[in-house]
Amino acid sequence: MVHTCVHWFRKGLRLHDNPALMAALRDCQELYPVFILDPHLHNDTCVGINRWRFLVGALRDLDCSLRKLNSRLFVVRGKPEEVFPELFDKWKVTKLTYEYDTEPYSLSRDQTVTTLAKEHRVEVLYKISHTLYDIDRMIEENNGKAPLTYNRMRAIVKTLGPPKKPIPAPTMEDMKDVKTPCSENHEQKYEMPTLGELGHDTAALGEEQFPGGEQESLRRLDEHMKRTGWVCGFEKPQTSPNSLSPSTTVLSPYVTFGCLSARTFWWRLAEVYQGKKHSDPPVSLHGQLLWREFFYTASVGIPNFNKMEGNPVCTQVDWDTNPEYLAAWREARTGFPFIDAIMTQLRQEGWIHHLARHAVACFLTRGDLWISWEEGQKVFEELLLDGDWALNAGNWQWLSASAFFHQFFRVYSPVAFGKKTDKNGDYIKKYLPLLKKLPAEYIYEPWKAPRSVQQAAGCIVGKDYPHPIAQHEVISKKNIQRMKLAYAKKSTDAAGSPSKKKSVKRSAPSVVDMLRKKDRGK
Amino acid sequence: MKRIKGGEEDGNGSSSESSPEACKKVRTQTSEDETPESDWVRLPQELLLHVFQYLPLLDRAYASQVCRRWNQAFHMPELWRYFEFELNQPASSYLKATHPDLIKQIITRHSNHLQYVSFKVDSSTESAEAACNILSQLVNCSLKTLGLISTARPSFMEVPKSHFISALTVVFVNSKSLSSLKIDDTPVDDPSLKVLVANNRDTLKLLKMSSCPHVSPAGILCVADQCYGLRELALNYHLLSDELLLALSSEKHVHLEHLRIDVVSENPGQHFHTIKKTSWDAMVRHSPKFNLVMYFFLYEDEFGPFFNEEVPVTHLYFGRSVSKEVLGRVGLHCPRLVELVVCANGLRPLDEELIRIAKRCTQLSAIGLGECEVSCSAFVEFVKLCGRRLSQLSIMEEVLIPDHKYSLDEIHWEVSKHLGRVWFPDMMPTW
Repeated sequence: MVHTCVHWFRKGLRLHDNPALMAALRDCQELYPVFILDPHLHNDTCVGINRWRFLVGALRDLDCSLRKLNSRLFVVRGKPEEVFPELFDKWKVTKLTYEYDTEPYSLSRDQTVTTLAKEHRVEVLYKISHTLYDIDRMIEENNGKAPLTYNRMRAIVKTLGPPKKPIPAPTMEDMKDVKTPCSENHEQKYEMPTLGELGHDTAALGEEQFPGGEQESLRRLDEHMKRTGWVCGFEKPQTSPNSLSPSTTVLSPYVTFGCLSARTFWWRLAEVYQGKKHSDPPVSLHGQLLWREFFYTASVGIPNFNKMEGNPVCTQVDWDTNPEYLAAWREARTGFPFIDAIMTQLRQEGWIHHLARHAVACFLTRGDLWISWEEGQKVFEELLLDGDWALNAGNWQWLSASAFFHQFFRVYSPVAFGKKTDKNGDYIKKYLPLLKKLPAEYIYEPWKAPRSVQQAAGCIVGKDYPHPIAQHEVISKKNIQRMKLAYAKKSTDAAGSPSKKKSVKRSAPSVVDMLRKKDRGK
Repeated sequence: MKRIKGGEEDGNGSSSESSPEACKKVRTQTSEDETPESDWVRLPQELLLHVFQYLPLLDRAYASQVCRRWNQAFHMPELWRYFEFELNQPASSYLKATHPDLIKQIITRHSNHLQYVSFKVDSSTESAEAACNILSQLVNCSLKTLGLISTARPSFMEVPKSHFISALTVVFVNSKSLSSLKIDDTPVDDPSLKVLVANNRDTLKLLKMSSCPHVSPAGILCVADQCYGLRELALNYHLLSDELLLALSSEKHVHLEHLRIDVVSENPGQHFHTIKKTSWDAMVRHSPKFNLVMYFFLYEDEFGPFFNEEVPVTHLYFGRSVSKEVLGRVGLHCPRLVELVVCANGLRPLDEELIRIAKRCTQLSAIGLGECEVSCSAFVEFVKLCGRRLSQLSIMEEVLIPDHKYSLDEIHWEVSKHLGRVWFPDMMPTW
């Protein structure tokens, strides 16, 4: 039987190593490569302008590559559950293919779409290629639970063997019997999204540091893999968080969007490593990919993974609700230059080094401001080019010592940490130019500079640059005690009865009404 | 347990009828409504109470709405012995607050049942003031434990001192059998401690008052001199004196179990007094098993007065950076050390210092190193010496410096061998 097939691009924005796409091409007479602009996912709160620009770039690139194979990309706007039935009918679709995605929203959306497809007699086929391994299989190997330590996961990976090898992109040969019917007004109906489409202020856009797309990702991969010495000696913790240009590969955004296949990356590294002495996981480049796998596995095996409440591995902590503090952190005006510079780079470029992420995450949560990691998660999701549901949730819990990591006495100092790798504060000067003239002695702690020095530098603390939002020494001490309390509570808490959220109608104020949990306005 | 028939026996309840009458009323009512099969009405009140004790407050409150009998059970004194008042401003806190009407109810109906009470307040002054207002009304209370917990900033310190003191005094004077008192980060002062002692000297067993700037060494000495049952004490270093330690070691005094001292520097260059070795020796002689927990939040150059002579510290915590030199002295002078946590040290390896600690701190069973450096060989040596006694070994991965003998990968095998269990350093994910 010959098929009319829709290949649904969501992540996996690439042609190389795309088993689902190859499956679409089998016995295929008509192919419709589709990307759905879903208002639930693609709106200006979830997707910051840098992320949006990256996505648009990736889609254009995909369209470009598809054209070379006499095909095109169809960008459809709307909710998948509404869009698909129309397309199934209009195009007389018989098969739907997509790359499997483990996020809870994706799983439920895909479930809905699969049901609709069945109703329209469309065969549905998905393949696993976003992660190195089949995550469900990984969990099975660990007795039905997600491994809670990286080392445990490494042990499982050893038993599973190396990941599958990537498959090549489709060639003209693969496409010889396949047509993609394109109407004259294809541009209008299924046009590429524009930068302003979501409502962002495009004037605020900085220079593009990391253009989106498969071509760019493969080019970067080639470039990095040439530096065999660097690749073999790579130890991520030894790289600098505040070097002036990234000290790591910055291939993460490409892997997140799926412009670069994780398996391709893995096997290219294996090639480079072959026969040579090289660093090992967790610090090596292979190790990075395994960290990603670790958090993906955790996100599948642990319910409510992106929340504190209802999350069985997450320590329940009485974080403060402090919109002032949160805004200051988010808007890079905490008064701590190291923190503010990092948050500035994040907003301007969409990428910061992982140690920089550690520093600001610790600062927001258990280190200084005592704000819930869920708030930090939202900001990173919006601003990070490589913002990924599973990794974001997992890392925020790790850094706030809520899960996986319990050495809460190890706090990153917002003053001392950056100094280790950048004594002169060049990084700070780059991203906070108003502090440029401050001498190195005071650049991490401008409030300590004498008035004359501040005046000479044209930067008065309290006027041109904010006072520090918290006294790190004082507040971190208090926070360690609070963390201790939260941990102590964890071990003594018996399973409480589920909190009742429904209100009971009574005439007079009853004790029950008095005790009902107050609204946690999220 | 005393069998309680129907309503409460004390006259403080809202029910104005006498017990037997109330009981009869209830019984008549229920026997009319009840079908013969239902045995609920015959469930003895004390069993009902027992069940209620397992329920969290909200569920108990729901249960109390079911019928009058259950409502009566809900208000039985036994269920109101423990209470934690949670006070916070809705605009700025995730925490759930205890409803003001419930607080009123507790004060009117149950204040004399309360025995174990704590107040959790957020960073706002209003919450701390609300706590003080409640305290002032607990006139009929005979509290056994009282805890004032400020979760964020020390908000009790923002309350006008006189208001706080008078509220606290109400409790001290009325309770007369206070056994445990937690008043860290409050403006408690010497005179109020005198009142505490005057009324509760025979019962006081636990006193936690870290970061109470209005208390002087004389004030706390008064407590030690008269509260012979004191077993647990937490305070700041500036309140510690030779006299205090001697008072705690006097013949009449019980064995001290737990002494926690916070050594905190408010400003760089602060000076700290020394405690004589003889005072510590007296403590150890009197209470050989006591835990001495010391938290240091000092700047590196303020450690001069410390660790020059033997000190019986068991749990030692360095919250900020501590120099190699001081850690060397720790190894020499802390023979009772059980737990050591070093948050930060700097970039010079702690090889010799750790090995000395392993050799001389024969009780060491837990160690945590944050931002420090140790060469892998020295670390293996350390674990060889004391691995069998270590129940907790928490070392950040970046602490270990690979050398000619061991790489990071090899080290976890060596260490696991000597520990007798599988061990890995703590890592941070590469995000």
